[in-house]
Amino acid sequence: MDGLILQILNGLDKGSAYALIALGLTLIFGTLGVVNFAHGALFMIGAFCAVTISKILNISYEVIDPNQTDFLGNPLKVKTPYVESWFGPEMGASIIDWSVPLAILLTIPVMMLIGLIMERGLIKHFYNREHADQILVTFGLAIVLQEIIKYYFGANPIQTPPPEALQGVANVGAAIGMDLPYPIWRIVYFCFSLGIIGAVFAFLQFTTFGMVVRAGMADRETVGLLGINIDRRFTIMFAIAAAVAGLAGVMYAPINPPNYHMGMDFLVLSFVVVVVGGMGSLPGAVLAGFMLGILESFASTTWATTTLPGINQIIIYLVAIIVLLTRPRGLMGRKGVMEE
Amino acid sequence: MLGLNNKDTKLLIVVAVLTLLAPFILNPFPAGSAMAQFNAGYPDLMQRFVIFGIFAIGFNILFGLTGYLSFGHAAFLGIGSYAAVWIFKLFTYNVVPAIALAVIMAGLFSVIIGYVSLRRSGIYFSILTLAFAQMSFALAYSVLSNPKFNLTNGETGLQVYADDLQMFHREGLPDLPHLFGLSMRSTYNLDIGAWSFSFNAGYYLCAVVLMLVFYLSIRIFRSPFGLMLRAIKSNQTRMSYTGLNPRPHTLAAFVISGMYAGLAGGLMAAMDPLAGAERMQWTASGEVVLMTILGGTGTLIGPVLGAGFIKYFENIFSKINDSILHEWFAFLPDGLENFMVFIVHPFVGKGWHLTLGILFMLVVIFLPGGLVEGGQRIGKWIKNRGKAKDSGATTEPAE
Repeated sequence: MDGLILQILNGLDKGSAYALIALGLTLIFGTLGVVNFAHGALFMIGAFCAVTISKILNISYEVIDPNQTDFLGNPLKVKTPYVESWFGPEMGASIIDWSVPLAILLTIPVMMLIGLIMERGLIKHFYNREHADQILVTFGLAIVLQEIIKYYFGANPIQTPPPEALQGVANVGAAIGMDLPYPIWRIVYFCFSLGIIGAVFAFLQFTTFGMVVRAGMADRETVGLLGINIDRRFTIMFAIAAAVAGLAGVMYAPINPPNYHMGMDFLVLSFVVVVVGGMGSLPGAVLAGFMLGILESFASTTWATTTLPGINQIIIYLVAIIVLLTRPRGLMGRKGVMEE
Repeated sequence: MLGLNNKDTKLLIVVAVLTLLAPFILNPFPAGSAMAQFNAGYPDLMQRFVIFGIFAIGFNILFGLTGYLSFGHAAFLGIGSYAAVWIFKLFTYNVVPAIALAVIMAGLFSVIIGYVSLRRSGIYFSILTLAFAQMSFALAYSVLSNPKFNLTNGETGLQVYADDLQMFHREGLPDLPHLFGLSMRSTYNLDIGAWSFSFNAGYYLCAVVLMLVFYLSIRIFRSPFGLMLRAIKSNQTRMSYTGLNPRPHTLAAFVISGMYAGLAGGLMAAMDPLAGAERMQWTASGEVVLMTILGGTGTLIGPVLGAGFIKYFENIFSKINDSILHEWFAFLPDGLENFMVFIVHPFVGKGWHLTLGILFMLVVIFLPGGLVEGGQRIGKWIKNRGKAKDSGATTEPAE
């Protein structure tokens, strides 16, 4: 029983990342009808926002301290981050320590800006072209974004530790009398992603803006005829989707040290998630994201890999193939959206 | 000639001449000169030009004619490579059976994968092929290389070892892939003055195969079957209303292009007898998509051009480093020179993928017909300019 729950928990963090990326993909597809192959790159840029912030916070100046000497007897150079000299050593150190959560503040405006530029500058011109063209141009864009990141940050993964208070392992099952050790940061990530998903749904459900967007998703033309500038609202939705991908990335940085191709790795799986959940269905994307994450974690248990070797590597694709062939609309796809 | 009309015959002859004279054409700079690094006429690179050309021609039969965008074609390339290396390991180093088996195996797999994937179209088809290719990659990389049943040799890649069976291997035959005794590595170097040209047996085998499959692709493009495939691209519903079932045709196109990929994989193994799983990864599938689009989708010569273009830049562009850039811009004043080097630096050397990505986006946005369309437009522009000069101020009649 403990093992079973542990596997579910293990699947949750990856599942959260899948769900967030798939949610963004679905938002873009549902509103603009564009298949965005550059969404993984947005996830990756989000992760690199965390790296950037921690680099910025660690910018330091060097002082030669005559009181301390290194092992050769020379005076020691002491590096002090500017933050520490501004806010005092303790406050400064804790700001640096909390750089990943702080990066969220940077990520939201940066990602929304990137989203706006992307939509207005490029995607706008592809509304009326074939899906194949959309895939191709965003695929090209993904390569470009990836290479830019590689140019500035190098090809190696960059370690980005979570705040010290959130490192380590907690026993999440203590309250119900079970032994379930689980890394604290992953719990944080899961709660964070639930929060984001909740916020997106609430935004769509309870605001006038969200209502208009939902109406536009159902029937764009009629909403346009009612005198509402639906294009502008869809552009903003694109920016929001980009921000969701970025937020998924920024908090994922401590779990998986960011490297320039992490976006592509996640993109392939997220597309599978979107298709399994049903193209254009937001709850479907979230559900399928968590489901496939948990399924993957179950397939990685020793029991599963000994009975069916390699099942952990192919389970998601296998599920996708079966779902696509038996339920073409996906788990929760609406009727008439991209059927054939 | 050969059942082709005048224009196609000309095209075939041009391709034949270009491939046969490639060692000359690709080595325009004397060896040892400063420009020698732009020479692409060494066997390894020439083989890659041709092999990826074959791969892209095959991909174009599927994508260019039917419009089905497969993101998993590299799987067939990998399967072809594995099949060929197994022939080398078990039977003989002769490349003919190896390549034949590579084509057959890739064909079999593409029948299965195609039959399943083609039940859906559009983006679903892309994702299904992607899923199959990633599955094959994962299987080849880890699962099929366990000690009990080692089919792919995992991360190391499948290669031929000294203690392998090689039933039909005889004394006197080269210990490398060969064509009835002619080693694929045997190269004849011709020195004319400062120039040095190398003629490689392996390259010429690939070149002959390229000409054959290029001819085949022309025939497919011009056949009733090719027309049927174009009908699928333009309007599948209308096609089925006229009483034709599109699915067998798409499946046939898929299998043909899968066999082309297998042929390319077999040739790759024949040039260098090893096969690795990374050939099946989806980035490799993405590369052939790039080649085809860049060269010109749905055109005959486009994919070959695109493959040559990408492989040339991958090998030559990536060699340009800062000192070469400084040499280039040496004529500028110092400050400006450094500035130019700074500007160009991210796009060359290790960053050539950035150039490729930007170029690819520009092609998709502005030139959906790829390099071929670009060439045609320039040709038309020159022609029209010439005409305008001849005819002076006469007005063109309305069309």
